[in-house]
Amino acid sequence: MGKIRTRLGDGSFIELLEEEIYEDLVDGTQDAAQKGRIPPLSEDELRYLLDLYKSKARVVGVDEGHECCLSYDNMTSKIERAHISVSKFQQLQLFERALGADTLELAHIDYSYKQVKHVVIYDKPNMEQAVLLTIPPMLYGAMPNLGLYTYPDGPCPNPGDLLPQGKFDEAKEAYAQAIELAIKDMIFVGSELYEAGADGINFDTTGAAGDAEFYAALKAAETLKAKYPKMGIEMGMAGEFILGMHGEIEYEGVRLAGLYPHDQVKLAQKAGVTIFGPVVNTGTNESLPWNLARSVTFTKACSEASEIPLHANLGMGVGGVPLNIMPPLDALSRASKAHVELCRLDGL
Amino acid sequence: MHAAHSIASGMGGMRTTGDLVARLQLNKGMRIEQAKQYVADKLKVPVTDLADSVTMGEMREDLNIGVVNEAPGVAKGIDAKFRIAELLDLDINCVDMFKDRVKP
Repeated sequence: MGKIRTRLGDGSFIELLEEEIYEDLVDGTQDAAQKGRIPPLSEDELRYLLDLYKSKARVVGVDEGHECCLSYDNMTSKIERAHISVSKFQQLQLFERALGADTLELAHIDYSYKQVKHVVIYDKPNMEQAVLLTIPPMLYGAMPNLGLYTYPDGPCPNPGDLLPQGKFDEAKEAYAQAIELAIKDMIFVGSELYEAGADGINFDTTGAAGDAEFYAALKAAETLKAKYPKMGIEMGMAGEFILGMHGEIEYEGVRLAGLYPHDQVKLAQKAGVTIFGPVVNTGTNESLPWNLARSVTFTKACSEASEIPLHANLGMGVGGVPLNIMPPLDALSRASKAHVELCRLDGL
Repeated sequence: MHAAHSIASGMGGMRTTGDLVARLQLNKGMRIEQAKQYVADKLKVPVTDLADSVTMGEMREDLNIGVVNEAPGVAKGIDAKFRIAELLDLDINCVDMFKDRVKP
């Protein structure tokens, strides 16, 4: 058999023999299994993935009955940042009526809770009107983005500056200050938007600044859930692995540094999160078969450990999707189908 | 990207019953099989019909819970959600708030 055209993680084309694709699938699942201490994919699952790459179909899809629900991050900026002149309401209606969206999300273009705090008085009436206009469940989303709380963007000393100077205690204290401020902002914005009619709040790209940020988001979720027991809370992650920038932070007696998705979801669940979004990073120098097998292995273990719905992140540069601003259909649809069918996913 | 996921794996939102199933996930934390079964039971249809735009389009029209191609007089926005809350026996935040606002 001739070579099969597939791609690298950056989206560029490569050609591989069938046995080379299979080798990459095996290497990918083994890499995830070793790092996460989780089971690798079975022979049948690897053959299923191989068949996906052997297929010449431009677009593939899940079998009937496996359809899942879609949620989004920064929905009302997707069209805005393409500089198409439509309002937030019109964008929500486009997703609702034209793009088959199962959920909607109102968001501010500067997608961080700290920045939203300043414009909450404007987005609150937007939410009040949006829920009158639309039908699917409506979230309000933003990122915890702990980095914005330190110099030069925020009021706290920057641990990134302190750590190289060996000032470990000062760096930890800076994280403690930033955590406190971030929690306050997330609770404030979450409360305001829920009281404006949102069905739920989305903590997107959680953990981008490491363990301290994951902790802040968990504590904010915990407080919001206690305050509003019916609130839906989605938590999407920033990466597959919680960076130990602080190193010693624990939540419910579990050290956060170094957690992979199957352990992250257990803590999110405890905090009151109702939909969890695991992330597995795409390696741009590896093939898509390697990346997809690796991502499915991590996500499957996460799904098996979870009692709450999982909406895996399958956007550019995560979940076996190439790191490209316009992910190609062949790659995206293969990642979509494989994750949903092999991981028993509830959504994307 | 969103259109591609919707075609490859999505339930279809208001074209079908994706928005109803998603409500059970978001506000009740139900996993997909349980959420689909819940909606199917409430609508009295088999789970296999939930993602079909023809069957569910007609059902949405009959139940007046919002359709993609709105006609004059059909439920839109919040009024469709009033019916969805009742149909699914589910509290919807903005519906509850609306009721509070218009309370005498």
